[in-house]
Amino acid sequence: MAYSLDKIAVDELFSKWGEDYLIYGPTLIKNTGRLSDTDSVRYDEVKSIDDLELNLKSDYSFKDVILPISEVLFYYNEDGMMVPKQKHNGAIIFLRSCDLHALDRLDQMFMENGKPDFYYTRLRENLKFVLIPCSKSFENCFCVSMNSNVTKNYDLTIEEINGEYVFESKDEYFTKFFSGSKELDYTVPYVKENDIKVEHVEKINNLAITKSEMWREYDSRCIACGRCTLVCPTCTCWTMQDIHYGDNQKAGERRRVQASCMVDNFDRVAGGHVYREKNGDRMRYKALHKISDHRERYGVDMCIGCGRCDDICPEYISFSTILNKIAKESE
Amino acid sequence: MDVNTKKLKKNAFRVTKRRGYTASRIRIPGGRLDAKYLSMIQEIADTYGEGVVNITARQGFEVPGIRFEDMDKVNVLLQPIIEGLGINQPNPEGTGYLSSGTRNIAACVGNKVCPMANFDTTEFAKDIEKAVFPNDLHFKVALTGCPNDCQKVRMHDFGIMGMTLPQFHADRCISCGACEKVCRRKVVQAISMKNFRPVRDNETCLGCGECVIACPNFAWQRSEKKYFRLTIMGRTGKKNPRLGQDWIKWIDHDSIIKIIMNTYDYVEEYIDRSAPGGKEHIGYIIDRTGFKEFEKWALKDVTLPSIAEVRTPIYWSGVHYKKQFDY
Repeated sequence: MAYSLDKIAVDELFSKWGEDYLIYGPTLIKNTGRLSDTDSVRYDEVKSIDDLELNLKSDYSFKDVILPISEVLFYYNEDGMMVPKQKHNGAIIFLRSCDLHALDRLDQMFMENGKPDFYYTRLRENLKFVLIPCSKSFENCFCVSMNSNVTKNYDLTIEEINGEYVFESKDEYFTKFFSGSKELDYTVPYVKENDIKVEHVEKINNLAITKSEMWREYDSRCIACGRCTLVCPTCTCWTMQDIHYGDNQKAGERRRVQASCMVDNFDRVAGGHVYREKNGDRMRYKALHKISDHRERYGVDMCIGCGRCDDICPEYISFSTILNKIAKESE
Repeated sequence: MDVNTKKLKKNAFRVTKRRGYTASRIRIPGGRLDAKYLSMIQEIADTYGEGVVNITARQGFEVPGIRFEDMDKVNVLLQPIIEGLGINQPNPEGTGYLSSGTRNIAACVGNKVCPMANFDTTEFAKDIEKAVFPNDLHFKVALTGCPNDCQKVRMHDFGIMGMTLPQFHADRCISCGACEKVCRRKVVQAISMKNFRPVRDNETCLGCGECVIACPNFAWQRSEKKYFRLTIMGRTGKKNPRLGQDWIKWIDHDSIIKIIMNTYDYVEEYIDRSAPGGKEHIGYIIDRTGFKEFEKWALKDVTLPSIAEVRTPIYWSGVHYKKQFDY
């Protein structure tokens, strides 16, 4: 059932939800862009509907909410160790259809890949997902090609229509807040076509692709900054850091920090050997991981076609173009 | 032919090499203008000049080959340009520029275009122009978006370089080292890594924003406020050309304008009226009065941001063509 509420009523909802959950969503933060006098859309805590950016694609994804960029796993000293409390006991997350598909990928990696990950699982529990439907495709999106343009896995949807906010609830927790609200007929929109289309290859010829000359172009074009993997809602690589406190070297902390296969030192091993020195080889590794390696294990592509990697690349490298090149080389 | 050259110079015309002919000097604060003004400048050049326009070193236009007797008509054609670019004009419309001593406020392209710029140089240039023009005193002011100093502001009496005070968000850092590397390779090595994370040395930091640009994950972010480095008393010229020296680091927009305005009072007080053409670069006046006297005047009623660092006193060197020089 769908309901229509005005802004004041929505803000009342937000404050009620806020008593039970932390609310995270994309927010437009003025003048906080990388370049001066530019804005950025990033995930943050949302207190009011005014904080929520419903019309733009976020530069970074929701993944930090359940997969913190930097998370202390435990503190230790001579006598033992302590696991810090989790950052939240439940959260409402506003996201888009492609992001919900990305969540499946995160679940696969952290919960279905051997023993479930303790830290991921405890933040993953008690989450509610509010879909921000896309009525049209954004620049660089290719969700239709990656089958992530439609989703049913939401608890609630929100769309602004003529100054009112329309909600469709599939979840008891949310539905109870709408009793007495104006009801209406409503169909959740979704993107039916993107400007960018990616050729889907059933069988990728990994050996041919690995040896392909296509990657050499990226040796010089790519600057190995890692932005593409950090904005990616499905990139999950991390590294460990042990910090020994200054005054007492027997006390410290171990933290898990997001890593990027595109940046230096990611694949440096004992003895100083580096597997992928060339940036084009890192690009190949990332691309094949996104569409080949993950599919072999879980039956779906890891990439969900949000195009955030293209949006952010300072060198205007397009990942969808790379995927189409791979398709061509696999013929 | 009877022409008052003092008067025409003040009116932003010039005595040129070719006898009987002048050139009209058009101010473009910040070096940016709507393209429609180009056709108006063309009209002046085609109608009263020789169909030629010079782009000046200070980002103005100079239309040469104008006969002295056509100056009034040129001033009429200049009116929409003067108005359109927001140049102060206390004199009657159609009579051109009221003065030319304080030169066009020059600026690099700034953050309207350049990714590295830390502020909108054009808008700040216009703010300064609004405050200082018209004025007969010989002041040169220039702005540049970052310490790359494409505008070469250290060659000016007042050089303004854009800065940002980088804010570190440890919870967003992935220890990639991009900030440390860019600062070491391109800037001044103000960042070192400790416990996998960058530590910024505020004293060394130029506030150029390279770390913010290099950071792939918004661990480094821009400060809400914009800051500037103010360099002073750079100059070219035949006597003793020299680079402007750092005076105030982490200064704000309003304080800079106030300091420039205060400096006009200082120059009015101490200028050598007998100097050739009655004009003197400010730096020579400071050499005479001592830096501390200049500083006393310049900082009058100025409230600097709490983080501002003032270097005092300042010494300049530059090119000395003669070992001893009698002023």
